[in-house]
Amino acid sequence: MDFNDTPEEAAYRAQVREWLEANAPKKASHDDGEGGGSMAASKAWQAKKAAAGYAQITWPKEWGGPGGTPIQQVIFNQEESKYPIPPNPFQIGLGMCVPTVMTFADEETKKRFVGPALRGEEIWCQLFSEPSGGSDVAAARTRAVQAPDGSGDWIIDGQKVWTTGAQFSDFGIVVTRTDPDAPKHKGLTMFWVDMKDPGVEVRPIHQMSGGSGFNEVFFTGVRVKDSQRLGAVNDGWRVSLVTLMNERLAVGGPSGAGWAQFLEAARGIAGIDGAPAIKDQALREKLADWYVQTEGLKHTRNRTITALSRGQTPGPESSIGKVVSALQMQDLANTAVEMLDQYGIINDPELAPLSGAFHGSLMYAPGLRIAGGTDEILKNIIAERVLGLPGDIRVDKDVAFKDMPTGR
Amino acid sequence: MNFDFSDDQKFLKSEARKFLDANCPTTRVRKVLDDDAKPYDAELWKQVAEQGWLGAAIPEEHGGLGLGHIELCAIAEELGRAVAPIPFASTVYFLAEAVMLAGSDAQKAALLPKIAAGEVIGCVAASEGPGPVSASTLQAGVSGGKLSGTKLPVTDGDIATHALVLAKEGGKAGLYLVDLSSGVTREPLKTLDPTRDAAKLTFDGAPAERLGGAGEGFALLEQVMDRAAVLLAFEQCGGADRCLEMAKAYALERYAFGRVIASYQAIKHKLADMYVKNELARSNAYYGAWALNTSAPELPVAASAARIAASEAFWFASKENIQTHGGIGFTWEVDAHLYYRRSRQLSLVAGAPRVWKERLVSQLERRNAA
Repeated sequence: MDFNDTPEEAAYRAQVREWLEANAPKKASHDDGEGGGSMAASKAWQAKKAAAGYAQITWPKEWGGPGGTPIQQVIFNQEESKYPIPPNPFQIGLGMCVPTVMTFADEETKKRFVGPALRGEEIWCQLFSEPSGGSDVAAARTRAVQAPDGSGDWIIDGQKVWTTGAQFSDFGIVVTRTDPDAPKHKGLTMFWVDMKDPGVEVRPIHQMSGGSGFNEVFFTGVRVKDSQRLGAVNDGWRVSLVTLMNERLAVGGPSGAGWAQFLEAARGIAGIDGAPAIKDQALREKLADWYVQTEGLKHTRNRTITALSRGQTPGPESSIGKVVSALQMQDLANTAVEMLDQYGIINDPELAPLSGAFHGSLMYAPGLRIAGGTDEILKNIIAERVLGLPGDIRVDKDVAFKDMPTGR
Repeated sequence: MNFDFSDDQKFLKSEARKFLDANCPTTRVRKVLDDDAKPYDAELWKQVAEQGWLGAAIPEEHGGLGLGHIELCAIAEELGRAVAPIPFASTVYFLAEAVMLAGSDAQKAALLPKIAAGEVIGCVAASEGPGPVSASTLQAGVSGGKLSGTKLPVTDGDIATHALVLAKEGGKAGLYLVDLSSGVTREPLKTLDPTRDAAKLTFDGAPAERLGGAGEGFALLEQVMDRAAVLLAFEQCGGADRCLEMAKAYALERYAFGRVIASYQAIKHKLADMYVKNELARSNAYYGAWALNTSAPELPVAASAARIAASEAFWFASKENIQTHGGIGFTWEVDAHLYYRRSRQLSLVAGAPRVWKERLVSQLERRNAA
């Protein structure tokens, strides 16, 4: 048991370090915190990586990648994260959308899209969630009907929501309802769409945290060619599972204010009897719990990396990350704010500790517990896919989509 | 990155599981549970010695297998899973580790081969009453090489041949090695986990040899506890995983309201919570194992984290396993309470999680000094 690289990994790491030292930015570019504020810097960095074979390291040569291994991607990410690199708005496209296009599109389409996406020239978004279906993606209502003119084109009408990066995306993949008479999983079809089409309208969502990282996307009479269809008509559910399977390796580290920032803050804030808050035994116990959770997640990632390094498929333990970290973020931020007593009411980066980092986390955490799978869905996934417990009873499985009860 | 058991270690672990499945089914654990006159399973103890497990981490020159601590961790996990009713922790994690850590060459030569052979049973005598023992409360004393005082509870104190005893001499706390063949009176105690017995030991002039320096008693005991905490964490992980398996198996066969109860989200999410805690515990335990095996300076922090996570995981899994079983889980006949009992024993025997949380934060404060 050790943390050492194999000789091959060490050689690759040395090569990556040398390249990063020569090429990576040394100073952070301006960022608005919502992923879109430094687009030029992001695109320039992506193009540099692509030219050197460090963008999508595991992509095969026929996709324009270097055909590397998952552990090489992990090593690159580890080393890259030591530099003040700009935000990565390409991950959803390169990690999920483009692989779906590569799996289901014709040769011409593949050739057209893969290079520009890899080099960061074009950005993709994933149009799955809808107002009437977040966790329940297969309940999509956005309609696609064949044009009456016999051209074979499709007309898309409907609304998507919580679309990350739609405001700066060039293309997207969209799940649509093509057969409302079939049960819900059997009447879906996937297309790729041009986000610059006049029938596509992107409206930023004003989040409870104040920011706007996500969007509503409205489709009004958007006409697409049948060649933009990904997979067979009414086989969109299977296609979307391919998209979701391509979610990137969950070996990223933590972000935001954690136990160490809490410890630091608690040293400088007065506690109940005037002594520093860090002397408060109740806070010390919480601090210990957060440290243990954080270390547990870190070393769970190390177990995943170990499996990759040994050429094995990582075990299911990597599925626990977000369900632990999102709840911890909320608990830690709230405890930090309560530690300030009445002063905690002030949500001003000029006055609050750590430039308001705890307040920011407090207001962002509710979203983190929902995005990318709610706590509840993630627990279902652990229960069903990891532990092998039965799926929930589905009252909508064999009902025609149009006859499904919908509430509102 | 090589942060997992190796293939050889996995093989050792699977052999250990096979051995314990065959030789330590819960029907056998219950013979100790149900018989007040039977403090441990002496036959199993002998068999475990024959397997070489007692000396897994003891160097070959002292009669052990000289494998290492990762291998001992692998064995510990399987013993925890089997709720083995033997004084393995007292003897191997505490006594052997203390002697290897601080014993003189003579003490090592005298004790380690006998530990490896199963001829010595150890125990730790630190506690003297409710609450953690501290410099201000410590009563037991040594004078002229003779120990006097009362210790309770001492896990395995009724069957041990040797004890590690925290006592003071001339106002300074020390850790003493005491041969229990004379100068001690033993009274068995009723315990939460009767598969792991404990006693009250009253010393009256028992011969005591100091391990380490005068005044180093608490520091040395902490070092021993760090090593034991990692090994105990693996026992706790083994027990917690077994609880999840039991809960899952029962939930998949028990019907209520026309469905298996495993199909209800209340049960599914409970079991998912168990899984999450068990994996966090395992990952922390692995880091502890690495720190223990390499004698890394991170050991005190790693051991604290391993102990806190594993105590939490085993407690949660053992109580929610009973809950998943419903009424039948509350009966003597179902094994769920063996794990509930053992989870309490393991959480307390090396100091309560609360104490370790305080230790952990104190260390983090020093490490992250402004």
